[in-house]
Amino acid sequence: MNNPMNNDNVNTVPDAPHGEDVANADDAATRSETGEPIIRFEKVVKKFGDVTVLDELDFEVRKGEKVTIIGPSGSGKSTVLRILMTLENINDGVIYVTGRPLWHEEKNGELVPASEEHLREMRKEMGMVFQQFNLFPHMTVRRNVTEAPVQVLKLSKDEANERADKYLELVGLSDQSDKFPSQLSGGQQQRVAIARALAMRPNIMLFDEPTSSLDPELVGEVLNVIQRLAEEHDLTMLLVTHEMQFAKQISDRVCFFDKGKIVEQGTPDEVLVNPQEPRTQEFLKSFIEQH
Amino acid sequence: MLFGIEWDTSSNWAFAVSIFPILLKGLLVTLQATVLGFLVAMVLGLILAGLKSARLAIISWPAKFITEFIRDTPLLVQLFFLYYVLPEHGIVLPAFLTGALALGVQYSAYLSEVYRAGIESIPRGQTEASRALDLAPVRTFGFIILPQAIPRIIPAMGNYLVSIMKDVPVLSVVTVLEMLNVAKIIGDRTFNYLIPLSMVGVIYLILTIVASYGVRYLDTHLPKRGIPLR
Amino acid sequence: MDWNIYLTPLLQGAWVTVQLTVYSTILGAITAFVFGIGKLSSNWLYRGFSICFVEIFRGTSLLVQLFWLFFALPLLGQALGLDFRMAPLVAGTLALGFNIGAYGAEVVRGALQAVPRSQFEAAKALDFTPRQTLRFICLPQAIPEMMPSFGNLAVQNLKDTALVSLISLGDMAFRAEQIRNYTQDSTTVYTILLFMYFGMALILTGIMKLLERSVGRWRAGRA
Repeated sequence: MNNPMNNDNVNTVPDAPHGEDVANADDAATRSETGEPIIRFEKVVKKFGDVTVLDELDFEVRKGEKVTIIGPSGSGKSTVLRILMTLENINDGVIYVTGRPLWHEEKNGELVPASEEHLREMRKEMGMVFQQFNLFPHMTVRRNVTEAPVQVLKLSKDEANERADKYLELVGLSDQSDKFPSQLSGGQQQRVAIARALAMRPNIMLFDEPTSSLDPELVGEVLNVIQRLAEEHDLTMLLVTHEMQFAKQISDRVCFFDKGKIVEQGTPDEVLVNPQEPRTQEFLKSFIEQH
Repeated sequence: MLFGIEWDTSSNWAFAVSIFPILLKGLLVTLQATVLGFLVAMVLGLILAGLKSARLAIISWPAKFITEFIRDTPLLVQLFFLYYVLPEHGIVLPAFLTGALALGVQYSAYLSEVYRAGIESIPRGQTEASRALDLAPVRTFGFIILPQAIPRIIPAMGNYLVSIMKDVPVLSVVTVLEMLNVAKIIGDRTFNYLIPLSMVGVIYLILTIVASYGVRYLDTHLPKRGIPLR
Repeated sequence: MDWNIYLTPLLQGAWVTVQLTVYSTILGAITAFVFGIGKLSSNWLYRGFSICFVEIFRGTSLLVQLFWLFFALPLLGQALGLDFRMAPLVAGTLALGFNIGAYGAEVVRGALQAVPRSQFEAAKALDFTPRQTLRFICLPQAIPEMMPSFGNLAVQNLKDTALVSLISLGDMAFRAEQIRNYTQDSTTVYTILLFMYFGMALILTGIMKLLERSVGRWRAGRA
């Protein structure tokens, strides 16, 4: 199988430019053999003011797993992704990504709140696709995809352009590289956003309701790209979505969140077709009624 | 001595305290010029706005040109023009009035834009509804359009009032005894410019801050929907 | 009418006016960005200084600032043992530049704050540093927003240059006053002067509109 993505070369020397990635790669490889999760939430608490959004959450994701998170609004599902992407802080608990604490650092054997430098290092593990795409409107498609590799990963312009070509082809937009976002449809913009996140070669991809802002006829093209990613690559993927059919197709595991805790989780068949918990059943029922 | 008040050059502090009342006399002139200039600007601005919205191009086009011309030329030059040219054609005004007139002319151009923007911001539907109810045009303007337009233009008008106050010192070149001129005269006579000019700066700063709060107060306390008519 | 009496000195003055406008506009632009960004900085010293600067130069009259820099500052220097005397051109450039810069700072600040929060999140997700985010993501999107206001400020600055004639700098207004003294014909010289400023303002507006268009090219495709 042709694997243009680099993540599955993790057992050999990856072509990432910095030493840190190589070290991670080896560690991650070892851990996958021992089954240590690539993401681990330990009793994580997140409050917005007085509202508790995540209530002592315990959550694990194995390397290469495709997990879909479903649940009613306010259940904390987007918050989990945003916390992983370091867009939100946590009030209590510890999160481990590839074995290292995310919002904490180890200093003299103790866990202290993470410094900005530590966060910047950890961010490189994750890539995120937003509901509103959030492309940079003043840059062409190509520039959108190459800007971070050049500025953050310090790649040369040629190396960055090579990556851009590869990932734009993956999402099917090689011929649009000189257009500005305002000239593209919503589905095309979201696919560029996926290419932009992939170009940073993260180990974990986070999708926060990627198709919720799209017109119905454009949803399919984006889901197809995500499905290809899921099937052809060893990326760990966390997906928050309302597209239940799609969740069934690509997920290894589905988690139903409600009021800041995981109510039920299991294979798509277990959770979506034969839910055990009453709250899960209620949610899915109201969903079918709406759709 | 100025305005009949002596100053005390024994120490810096005594000097500052002694010239304060003199500066206040200048401030009075400044405020008078500000208010008069603003009133002239409001009237002239209204006329200009009316002419600019006329349907006949022969009226609206020259009005638009004049507005642009006033906006693009310096207050100082307009002031000199009025001060020197008017007498040549038989009109002799005291310096203070000439200054207020110049301020009024310069700001009438800006205010005409404020009027226009304020009136245009009222949805067309209001005029249409009035016509459907068969209200006379004058009544429409006075009781429907104007009360809704006024709260919208208050912030801009307030800002221009503060701007005029900051432009009043220009009048010093035609010997109007506003605050800066007074400070400069004191400086000329005592060779101490630092204290008078610094005090004028501080007084202006306080005035501007107070005026800004005043405008903001008015803005928040005038209902956005319009002046209530019971 | 002897055009030479009018044209030569007026053109000399025009050259000074143009120079002064260019210098003060450049200083104003730098000031606007330094203090506009400063007002949003997380560094309290930088932010505090920016707020003070903008309040002072926006809250006091330009002529007061000009006179203070030219007449009062040297005296302050004397007291401190430093030589702060400056040529009229320098005082004029500083006063005009700082004054228009303070107004410009508010424009810069407003435009920067108008950039959607989601852009910052996207930048963070891609691991840009705050400085990189400002430079590559935030500023390029904010600058087209600033251009219309900058256009107005540029013309305002041009008009303000006339004030330097009051500290004996030989600009257009100064020369006009000299000519008036000589010929005693105010109508002619001041009419010409008014049209000269008007013409310059139109040219300046044209330049700013061109700039506005070239900076906002990526917005053209907007539906």
